[in-house]
Amino acid sequence: MSKVLVYYAHPGQNNSRVNSQMVTRAQQIEGITFVDLYAEYPRFQIDHVVEQERLVEHDVIIFQHPIHWYSTPALLKEFVDRVFDLGFAYGIGGDKLKGKRLLQAVSAGAPKEAYSKNGYQNFPLRTFLTPMQQTATLCQMTYLTPFVLYDVLSSDILAQIEAHANAYEALLIALRDDTFDEANAAKLEYFEARDVAKLGKG
Amino acid sequence: MTGFLLPAFIFLIAGVIAVPIASRLGLGSVLGYLLAGIVISPVLTTLGVDVVSIQHFAEFGVVMMLFLVGLELEPKMLWNMRAKLLGLGGLQVMLTALAVMGVAMAFGQPWTIALAIGMVLALSSTAIVLQTLNEKGLMKSDGGQASFSVLLFQDIAVIPMLALLPLMAMPELMDMAADHGAHGTDAAHGGGHGDAHGDDHGGDDHGPSLSLTEGLPGWAQALVTLGAVGFVVVLGGFLTRPLFGFVERANLRELFTATALMMVIGIALLMTLVGLSPALGTFLAGVVLANSEYRHELESDIDPFKGLLLGLFFMTVGAGVNFDLLFANLGNVLAMTVGLIVLKATVLFILAKAFNVGGTDKWLFGLGLAQAGEFGFVLLSFTVANSVIPQSVADQLLLVVALSMLLTPGLFIFYDRVITPRLANASAQAEDDIDEKGRIIIAGHGRVGGLINRMLRLEGHETVVLDYSSSHLEMVRAFGVKAFYGDATRPDLLHAAGIEEAQMIVIAIDDREKITELTHYVAQNYPHVYIIARAVDRNHVYKLYAAGSRDIIRETFDSTIRMGRSALEALGVHPFEAEKKAQEFVARDRSALVQMASVYKPGVPLHQNPEYLEAGKRLMAEQEAEMRGEKPDFHARLKTGWVEPTTDSQE
Repeated sequence: MSKVLVYYAHPGQNNSRVNSQMVTRAQQIEGITFVDLYAEYPRFQIDHVVEQERLVEHDVIIFQHPIHWYSTPALLKEFVDRVFDLGFAYGIGGDKLKGKRLLQAVSAGAPKEAYSKNGYQNFPLRTFLTPMQQTATLCQMTYLTPFVLYDVLSSDILAQIEAHANAYEALLIALRDDTFDEANAAKLEYFEARDVAKLGKG
Repeated sequence: MTGFLLPAFIFLIAGVIAVPIASRLGLGSVLGYLLAGIVISPVLTTLGVDVVSIQHFAEFGVVMMLFLVGLELEPKMLWNMRAKLLGLGGLQVMLTALAVMGVAMAFGQPWTIALAIGMVLALSSTAIVLQTLNEKGLMKSDGGQASFSVLLFQDIAVIPMLALLPLMAMPELMDMAADHGAHGTDAAHGGGHGDAHGDDHGGDDHGPSLSLTEGLPGWAQALVTLGAVGFVVVLGGFLTRPLFGFVERANLRELFTATALMMVIGIALLMTLVGLSPALGTFLAGVVLANSEYRHELESDIDPFKGLLLGLFFMTVGAGVNFDLLFANLGNVLAMTVGLIVLKATVLFILAKAFNVGGTDKWLFGLGLAQAGEFGFVLLSFTVANSVIPQSVADQLLLVVALSMLLTPGLFIFYDRVITPRLANASAQAEDDIDEKGRIIIAGHGRVGGLINRMLRLEGHETVVLDYSSSHLEMVRAFGVKAFYGDATRPDLLHAAGIEEAQMIVIAIDDREKITELTHYVAQNYPHVYIIARAVDRNHVYKLYAAGSRDIIRETFDSTIRMGRSALEALGVHPFEAEKKAQEFVARDRSALVQMASVYKPGVPLHQNPEYLEAGKRLMAEQEAEMRGEKPDFHARLKTGWVEPTTDSQE
């Protein structure tokens, strides 16, 4: 069993269709900690002491958020800036995050095809997640393959939301119960809802 | 003085003992009062107490009750009710009167007497029904609304009845009346003389009664009557505000009560003088005032009087039952009473079907109005006085009326215990949910309450504002805010403002003691209400925490921090640095507050509380050390995320 910690960062929750469903599932799972960052720190007054303690207590850290301008919502950036201190996350004596796993569960507005050399985003989505990946690496964490839902602004997405949320739930449970096939997941650039069934059997 | 003290004490002690017992047994206050009256009846007779006069006086409680009912009813709603009022009400009175008349004629009564009996018994008891509906919270239900429409119409119907009845006088009875003199009207059997119901047209043996319309031709009478009604509407609409504003200057609590009473009594008096039912007049006045900012103030002033007078009235009804006559004719009287109830209930059920009142509401309507009412007492003595009905018949009918009133609480209990559980109507309950919106009460509409009210209303929340300054309220109302005048710490005003159904109360008044008092009161009595309390200072925070609020905001704290931050910026500190310092200061202060609150003891002066003193000194010393840079923590926290340049290479 691993201790799973989900940090949810979404500044516009009233309008969320995808993330809100994922949140409902996540909050129901026993044995995982769920933190709504914008609810905890609506005035951006991150308490780094509390959060550092929280990180230390858990094994798997999930950042669940929509992609905002190829990055995380502002509060999550503030979070990393405030909490991942010298002497805590990196540098001399900074090994408190060593060996933990970090996974990003993101929703992207553009369709999959756009995120490629030939698409209008010009780069694969994974490229835009590189900063976070490197952050994890520097802090001696294992950066797991990100879990993605593309094309969330389209009207067709409604049919896929439930499947994605269900898969998210299965993913969290698998991470908690150590049945997630990290090795195989690492071979992928990203994985989606339909991949979770296979990867959850490890 | 003793002449009035002893009966007063007897009535009071009877009520105080009987009603809680009745409530505990689920029997309702009305039955409690009625039984109390019956129990003390022998005592009263021995003391020679004039129960009839007391009942007379107590009937004013009905007048007050209708004023309060009017206050709850906006003019728009009244207009919407007109179909039920005229249709349901009109048919009920007509059909019941005719049905009873038919039965009476079948028993051999001449048609004039039979019709008179029909009219008398067609009316139901406004006092009992409305009181019970209010107690059970059923006024807003379909059944409650239908009952109310009928009762209101009956109130109006009394007027033409009083005009019609003298025309049915029988010569034989007039001779009898002449023989027996004033004896006939002296119904020691609990019959009121109806001064409170405006029957001062003729036949009354109580000397010359005041009247504005006596002796005038028909058209002039109508004109005067309309003028009086118009005057009441004008009084309510335009004079209330200046009147209360004027009275407020003396700043005496009791003057508001006096003013409210003055208004109600004045209107009732005026109505009597023009021959209208005073209850109708005060009802109209209430409707006119329903949208006034003084509504809650009026309600809370009149309510206790109404309660006591009605209680007294019910006790006199119970005390007035002539048990000798009753037991002499027990079979007859019982049969007539039960027959009457069944007949009225039948008519009511038929009407309920016709007017689409279904389910539990149909039963409430049918059972609730099936009795004869206090108007019956009035009309009976009036008919005897006008030689329409012989005394002997009237005496028996009086018992029937009283007995039917006594049995009514039983019918309501039957409705509660048997009907409601059986026919619990799911759709009716859904309607209730939509009706009951969460309400927010804002106590105080000054610098704090006013702004909060705006914030909440902008988000579409329904608020009720209470404030104690009428000049302020005028301005506020001019902007369209629903605000009411009164002292928010008064329980009866809170009750009138709807604290039972409220979701939240924002206590924004500025008197330190009153804030604590109000917090304590609401936390104790209405634990479901979320309390946001304004604190004057740190010590007040501890008191409010102890009083039961968990959301306490110091009135100057946030502003002060902003001033401090502004001062730092003006001194050249970078705005973001200033912001971080301010945030850090707030975090420290909050932590200190929590620590101090845990050693604060309510009632113990600070300088006599050693733990508090010690904690305070320690915190102050820590703060100073940090400010001087002796403790690294404070500054380290400010520097989070910024890496010191090192000459050594990083690992």
